[in-house]
Amino acid sequence: MLCQLRLTSTLVLLVSFATVRSQDTEQKKIQRMFVTAVDNSTIELPEGTFQLNMSLWLDGKKNVLIKGKGMDKTILNFTNQVSGAEGIKITNGKNITLQDLTVQDTKGDAIKTQQVDGIIFKQVKAEWTRGANSKNGAYGLYPVQCTNVLIDGCEAWGASDAGIYVGQSSYIVVKNSKATENVAGIEIENSLYADVYDNEATNNTGGILIFDLPDLVQKKGGYIRVYRNNVYHNNHINFAPKGNIVGKVPQGTGVMILATNHVDVFENKIINNITASTAIVSYYITENPIKDSSYYPFPTQINIYNNTYEREAVRTTGKGRMGKMYRFKLRFGKNVPHIQYDGIVDQKSPAEICIRNNSNQSFANLDAENGFKNISRDASKHDCTLQPVPKVELKN
Amino acid sequence: MKKLIVTVSVIICMLVVLSFNSKKTDPYFQFHENLSEYNFFKGKLNELLPADGIIPYDLNTPLFSDYAEKARFIKVPAGKKINYNATSVFDMPLGTVLIKNFYYYNDVRKPALGKRIIETRLLANMEDGWHTYQYIWNEEQTEALFEPIGDVITVEYIDAAGKKIKAQYVVPSQPQCKGCHGRKDTIIPIGIAARHLNGDYVYANEKQNQLQYWQQLGLIDLPNSTIPANAKWNDEKSGSLNDRARAYLDINCGNCHNPNGPANTSGLFLDIHTTNTTALGINKTPVAAGRGSGHLKYAIDPGKPNQSFMIYRMNSVDPGIAMPEIGRNRVHKEGVALISKWIKEIGKN
Repeated sequence: MLCQLRLTSTLVLLVSFATVRSQDTEQKKIQRMFVTAVDNSTIELPEGTFQLNMSLWLDGKKNVLIKGKGMDKTILNFTNQVSGAEGIKITNGKNITLQDLTVQDTKGDAIKTQQVDGIIFKQVKAEWTRGANSKNGAYGLYPVQCTNVLIDGCEAWGASDAGIYVGQSSYIVVKNSKATENVAGIEIENSLYADVYDNEATNNTGGILIFDLPDLVQKKGGYIRVYRNNVYHNNHINFAPKGNIVGKVPQGTGVMILATNHVDVFENKIINNITASTAIVSYYITENPIKDSSYYPFPTQINIYNNTYEREAVRTTGKGRMGKMYRFKLRFGKNVPHIQYDGIVDQKSPAEICIRNNSNQSFANLDAENGFKNISRDASKHDCTLQPVPKVELKN
Repeated sequence: MKKLIVTVSVIICMLVVLSFNSKKTDPYFQFHENLSEYNFFKGKLNELLPADGIIPYDLNTPLFSDYAEKARFIKVPAGKKINYNATSVFDMPLGTVLIKNFYYYNDVRKPALGKRIIETRLLANMEDGWHTYQYIWNEEQTEALFEPIGDVITVEYIDAAGKKIKAQYVVPSQPQCKGCHGRKDTIIPIGIAARHLNGDYVYANEKQNQLQYWQQLGLIDLPNSTIPANAKWNDEKSGSLNDRARAYLDINCGNCHNPNGPANTSGLFLDIHTTNTTALGINKTPVAAGRGSGHLKYAIDPGKPNQSFMIYRMNSVDPGIAMPEIGRNRVHKEGVALISKWIKEIGKN
């Protein structure tokens, strides 16, 4: 059976090369591979750096492997892009794998996948080679409205919004990956059932963000575990184009949970993030109006335990609107609490937030609801445990 | 030996099956590599003279495509009917083909000086749904060849103001067709809907309402109730500023920006049916817009077009900013002016 399978895939390859026309440039060859790919086939990308001026788009396909010769060996560069809003786009598919390649310098997002059930990114890099710059594309790896998402051994560098961003999706694993010099390193937004572990997030504005935003099609995220990650030195200046919600994230944020429910954060090393090692905030902190009546703006069922916290005795950022809050309202000086809760609560149903057994644990309730009048460093109200969020099982 | 024969025949079999992947055979539509083979047109191909049973049509407010002119035709199989409905794309019989030709006059002021046809796009209704095929015309303008990966073509012409224009025109790739025509995992036409077609067309020197003409031909049965009509974006007599702006957004944005379209991730809905002002973009903050936000707070900041990132995106040709995402590589100045004026008006209410 296996032998037969192998035979089939070889045949498919023969065919997909047969469709490449002899006069095609390298760019056209690669485009043609994507457009003419069939179900149950492999798109083999050669070694080298290839300049592309249009998006590569794979639509409506099942069981396709897109494979380069290695993360730093097959490089698709989009510096001269004239058409398409992303480098690679994969839509309406099932069981698609991207592996061993780099997408560089796209004008918009690097790799966007939408409406795919079973999408795997393995040893894939998305990067903007000039480094942090507000002119870079928004997202590096960007699965949205997908199910059964696996991001494993990937890298994202320089995204002006989020390096690794999973939005409006469910059943998600992000592991062994590295996010550097993005505004948000790893972001899970309006998504259900996600495990984010063994990743490294460093030199971003915010390391790992778990967000729930209003006005979206998939309203509710939650049941997310963030564990064994190395979240250190995320103090990069925020270079997101203003207006975007991530533009409000203060530089020096380790892990931020915004309006999401059922989030477990444990066994992470959260080190030297100058402003908020861990922030638990409601959507009200953004000061954006809420017009979505079905949206729940409060974080609840948050469990923060067994993490290691460290920070040097330095001041928080003073930049941006959030910086002003730290400078003029919170005035922590150099004694900045690791875990910060905005204290904006749902009067009908008080939040359940448990904080326990963290090394170097320190806490503050910012009392943002009452203009920061009664900032409290007492965490005893939060000395509790919650039913752990279950492990995510992918069906890939 | 037997094994070898089996293997070889398997290979041949696979080749046959696979090579038709993007060029399905179907009882209702026979794919051809060359546009001429369809016999849609009589006489010289580039004169675009419709053969029998091929009906030209137009939309009240069309999509902007880099100032290209368009000649649209519909072919409905003989004896078959289109099913009318008031709100969405008509249900069309299997075998229906929509034929859209994109061309530029050499001199917009003097159409008699000829034109250059760049591409022809087909939408064909087959057993398993609609399919898209695009054909790129040769230099001699005698034939157009199927090209699933599209292309970037330099066009040169003199515009309505007498200005020499040299621009890059992008022929979309086959998946990009779906970028506009996609609905979940299917493909649908856009223009064949009551509100777009309910207007006049000049047939062989006689002006007539298109839908009534189709009814006369027996292609459709119209209801006795009112038939909706979009305003003509550039004709003040056809509707209020709001009607014209909404018609413009409907056709240029609403195919993706609707609750079931590919841009529903943004929560911004610009189709004609949207009534929720936030969904329409008024005081709506950007979602996943990246650089598209232009450092601005809202898609539409009432009364302030220059503070509205909808305008910022319409004014850009940078692929990371521009909207629509595909099919536009130049700024539609007149369209931007219309939507700007509309946003100014919203502020007065």
